[in-house]
Amino acid sequence: MLSSTKLLEFASNYGIPVWALDGAIAIVFAVVLFAICAISVIINVYLLRKISADFQLRYGPMHVGWHGSLQLFADAIKLLTKEDIFPSNADRWIFRLAPVVTFVPAYLGFLVLPIGHGIVIQDLNVGLLYILAIPAIGVAGIIMAGFGSYNKYAIIGSLRSAAQMVSYEVPRALSIIGIVMIAGSAKLSSIVGAQHVWYIILQPIAFVVFLVSTLAEINSTPFDLPETESELVNGYYTEYSGMRFMFFFFAEYVALFAAATLTTVLFLGGWHGPGPEYLGPIWFTIKTFAMIWVIMWIKWTLPRFRIDQVMDLGWKVLLPLALINVLITGLVMMII
Amino acid sequence: MGLIKMSKLEEMKISNHNLSELEKDLALNGEVESTEDIVTEELAIHFGPQHPSAHGVFHAIFHVKGEVVTKIEPDIGYLHRCFEKIAENRTYTQFIPYTDRMDYVASMTNNWAYCMAVEKLAGIEVPERAEHIRVIVGELQRIASHLVFLSTAGSEAGALTPFVYFFDEREGILTLYEKICGARLTYNYIRIGGVRADAPEGWLDDTLAFVTRLKKRMYDYDRLVLGNYIFKKRFIGVAPFSAEQALDWGLTGPPLRSTGVSYDVRRSDPYSVYPRLEFDVVVKYKGDNYDRACIRSDEIKQSIRIIEQAIEQIPEGPVKADGIAKVFKPAAGEGYGHVESPKGDLGFYVVSDGTTKPYRVKIQGPSFGNLQALPAMSEGTYIGDVVLTLGTLDPVFGEVDR
Repeated sequence: MLSSTKLLEFASNYGIPVWALDGAIAIVFAVVLFAICAISVIINVYLLRKISADFQLRYGPMHVGWHGSLQLFADAIKLLTKEDIFPSNADRWIFRLAPVVTFVPAYLGFLVLPIGHGIVIQDLNVGLLYILAIPAIGVAGIIMAGFGSYNKYAIIGSLRSAAQMVSYEVPRALSIIGIVMIAGSAKLSSIVGAQHVWYIILQPIAFVVFLVSTLAEINSTPFDLPETESELVNGYYTEYSGMRFMFFFFAEYVALFAAATLTTVLFLGGWHGPGPEYLGPIWFTIKTFAMIWVIMWIKWTLPRFRIDQVMDLGWKVLLPLALINVLITGLVMMII
Repeated sequence: MGLIKMSKLEEMKISNHNLSELEKDLALNGEVESTEDIVTEELAIHFGPQHPSAHGVFHAIFHVKGEVVTKIEPDIGYLHRCFEKIAENRTYTQFIPYTDRMDYVASMTNNWAYCMAVEKLAGIEVPERAEHIRVIVGELQRIASHLVFLSTAGSEAGALTPFVYFFDEREGILTLYEKICGARLTYNYIRIGGVRADAPEGWLDDTLAFVTRLKKRMYDYDRLVLGNYIFKKRFIGVAPFSAEQALDWGLTGPPLRSTGVSYDVRRSDPYSVYPRLEFDVVVKYKGDNYDRACIRSDEIKQSIRIIEQAIEQIPEGPVKADGIAKVFKPAAGEGYGHVESPKGDLGFYVVSDGTTKPYRVKIQGPSFGNLQALPAMSEGTYIGDVVLTLGTLDPVFGEVDR
């Protein structure tokens, strides 16, 4: 799939079968992707700590490394060396698998993201569908975590999460239809390519609906009900500690990063920016981190909704708005 | 369990099977309750004693149906330290530090109420300057306690940033306290017959500067927390209480005044120099969570008014009544002193048998009375609301359990 002719020649010269070559390339890409995720999470967490500290008249981490920049490594080492605790009545396999099932889909979303002109691992025709569908599998991991850990807080948290994520999938997907209509494609690189004017200007309603439902998707404030520490202690991952906890933590930040990159691709013109084309990834990164900053700004300012209010907002406000947006887009396109 | 059964039931319904058999089967299991076509199971959740928003060591069992709490069984006593009994084995002065540990968010008013009871028992006159200083520190304490309330109300609703702002303001009050009595949490400052020491030089000016700054900032804080759209959506109309209910349950303080009852010990049974000071008793009428929250923000503004007047009026003179030894023997009798603490009507009833130690001390803590109403207020609301309702009652468990 990824093998170019040169590589194929090379393989046949040395008698390496094609499947092995494909496998090796896939592994290389997986490792690269994982490294990108890991680095993004490290930067994200550091930023989160520093930004939230700024909002709260604090310094944030200061002692490990320059301005606390190595704090996360210290934390990671601490979590990795901690005892692996199972609750006595936990369903062991479900409990064990849940962090992986949550993490992997969040990470797979990056496969189709174009970070620069032609820089994309797998440019799928249905990239948009893929990137909406795959990360949604993560909710299964959250339900597994709640179900497997034999804890009432965890099960309530995971059910809340499931209800919330499934509800907000609908307006989120509908809000993007306007973009697909304008761009005429569900391929992410074509969507970015078609953005001579950023879609945030052409599709302002869609942007608002998409941003709000994205916040709900990644369980960020004001929709952080699955892990409300004031009600449910820690929600679905109450019983997790050490490395497994780290996986949830990791998944959460990968999801945040993925949400910011997707918003950049769909609404903020992706790699477009002044200057030559090879600066694309840099523009992309700047826009992504601006988006992350906006999400954190919201996170550290607002209180959270109650569960019924969250459902009301999703079904009674955002869904009609998304549908109206499709209607307006259609009408405007018909007239022009 | 419940979920699996529910889906089974639905499946059968779709395939047009006879439901009655399955329902009978479910009814045999005592836990399962059938309402029309949804079968659910009640879940008992332990809230506390180690819970992030249990306000200390509150333990309650929530019976929940989905997200709705149907029944609350409060369970207190985790912080019980036998203060009333200890009082019988300490001299009158020695008991003052123990009162600090009751409502540890507002220690100063505890000192004050106890000393007032003993002063009434022994017939001690407190000098004017001491009374003014008491009013100033007492009102500062009210501001500090209400700031803690506003910050926790925000953080319980999920807004963690206002929490830090309010604690930063409270820090200013703690610094003032540190200057006047050396302690930041347990002051032991108010003594029988006055206060321990006069305010240090410049302290009154510092206090005035602090309240003037706070008065300006309260406008922003009100908009940050109480004016926030989501905050209003969470608080307005939740867990309302009527005036009759509030009186029946024995609420005092802000939760009572939020229902329209204008009861404030500073006005109803005036003490110290309050009759000479101008301030309004803040009253709200809906009695819901939002009113209980707003009333505290408004009381901060009234306290600022009181402090400004007290600083203006404070006379020179001694700060402690003459001739009170550390150990003294009041004549046999009884004294009851109560003050409007930030949490409500805090009363001490002290009985003397003529020895150096009290015969009996009975403490009436407002947090205890207010906490009682939690089940009545919040049964039938959502889990998230119960946490907020507990927050707006603002109990401190050092005082509930004593």
